[in-house]
Amino acid sequence: MNHLSEEQLVLYHYGDAGDRAENAAIEEHLHGCEACQVQFAAIRRTLDTVQSAPVPERGDGYGTEIWMRIEPRLAASRRPWWQTASDFFVPRRLVLAGGVAVLIVAAFVAGRLSPGTTQPARPPAVAAGKANGGQPAATQEQVRERILLVAVGDHLERSQMALVELVNTGDGPKVDISAEQIRARDLVSANRLYRATAVSAGENGMASVLDDLERVLLEVANSPSTLTTAEFQKVRERIEAQGIIFKVRVLGDNVREREVRPAPKVASIRG
Amino acid sequence: MDVHDDAQDVTQAQAGDEPAFRRLVERHSRGVFQLAFRLTGSEPDAEDVVQEAFLKAYRELRRFEARSSFRTWIHRITVNCAYDLLRQRPRHKAESLNADEGDGVGGIEPEADETSRPDRLAFGAEVQSRVRTAMDLLTPAERTAFVLRHFEGRSLEEIGEALGLRVGATKHSIFRAVQKMRRALAPIVGCS
Repeated sequence: MNHLSEEQLVLYHYGDAGDRAENAAIEEHLHGCEACQVQFAAIRRTLDTVQSAPVPERGDGYGTEIWMRIEPRLAASRRPWWQTASDFFVPRRLVLAGGVAVLIVAAFVAGRLSPGTTQPARPPAVAAGKANGGQPAATQEQVRERILLVAVGDHLERSQMALVELVNTGDGPKVDISAEQIRARDLVSANRLYRATAVSAGENGMASVLDDLERVLLEVANSPSTLTTAEFQKVRERIEAQGIIFKVRVLGDNVREREVRPAPKVASIRG
Repeated sequence: MDVHDDAQDVTQAQAGDEPAFRRLVERHSRGVFQLAFRLTGSEPDAEDVVQEAFLKAYRELRRFEARSSFRTWIHRITVNCAYDLLRQRPRHKAESLNADEGDGVGGIEPEADETSRPDRLAFGAEVQSRVRTAMDLLTPAERTAFVLRHFEGRSLEEIGEALGLRVGATKHSIFRAVQKMRRALAPIVGCS
């Protein structure tokens, strides 16, 4: 047997080198190989040193201290999610949110398609310089894209929240998802606009996730309002199997990151 | 701590008994802090993680099915909270090591024979400082995997589940963690 690798020795130390036969072989080799013994002893010294690192002490009253800190925040946790959601999803706000989504998307698309951005043969100084109102064209583009990112980020966050809460509900023989359906229908409308905008902006990854999200939202919206536990379980399994919550979360993180990232000199929504 | 007390308090807390949840918080806060500190290496971050973990536990308590102990469950939540926090945290030091692997950690020069220094306290502080620095060099996955294996004695399967890794990748994360720490601590521990 050749000398043992560092990885074999580290894993052997934790009893993770492999099955019983592999462990026995390593042990046997170690027994007769001085070089590997030295190497193994060095690994153990390092780990003993790490082990000696102290953790700051917390007194007997620490638990009470933590309780005092979190107790005021428990009230918010106690509040059922549908109450929190209903604050946002009151009809007047829904109309407003939908209107805002339409305006944002319309402004974005208009900005993309306006002739001003496609006019050829401008002198370079003008093209890179001022557009309407003396504002640089690149800045206008950046602002439009940033507004879209903020709106999409909010939409993804709401969608994620709705899906997480949906899969975490469902006790009892009958599951009433009528409230989730209302949310899903509202989200579908906004989702369509954002997906179309993402497609026109060449944001294929974003469009693909929004497409997947739309299918799930539609499925929820079009399900019966009351499901048996088995039916609900199937809906939940389909959502989990598609990994849509994870995809939405990752895209949401990505979008949020781009929101705060300093804009490049010539902004592009393609990340 | 009594596991029976935990089970009873969990049942009562699930029924809406807030004092029962308070007893769980008071009983487990120190253990949760210890784990959170090992994972984050920072007292303020560990404090945040402790609070976040208990708040999350409170929200999810209805779903706790007592297949594992409350301690195991709250520690799992703590690992998730800490792992999320680590991933959000910038890792300048690790990047600098990755860019210059094999050089060990800059900043503290090795001395000829550290153990012979009369000032043992100062040496102890230096060792602790180096250990902290070495831990900071690890990626979030490496650090979490290492802490769970080394300090918590969790199985590879449990660690893999917490991190969303296969067993092979979990093993490799643990090995990489130890390897990086060996390099960082070589000046005081010795290479061979």
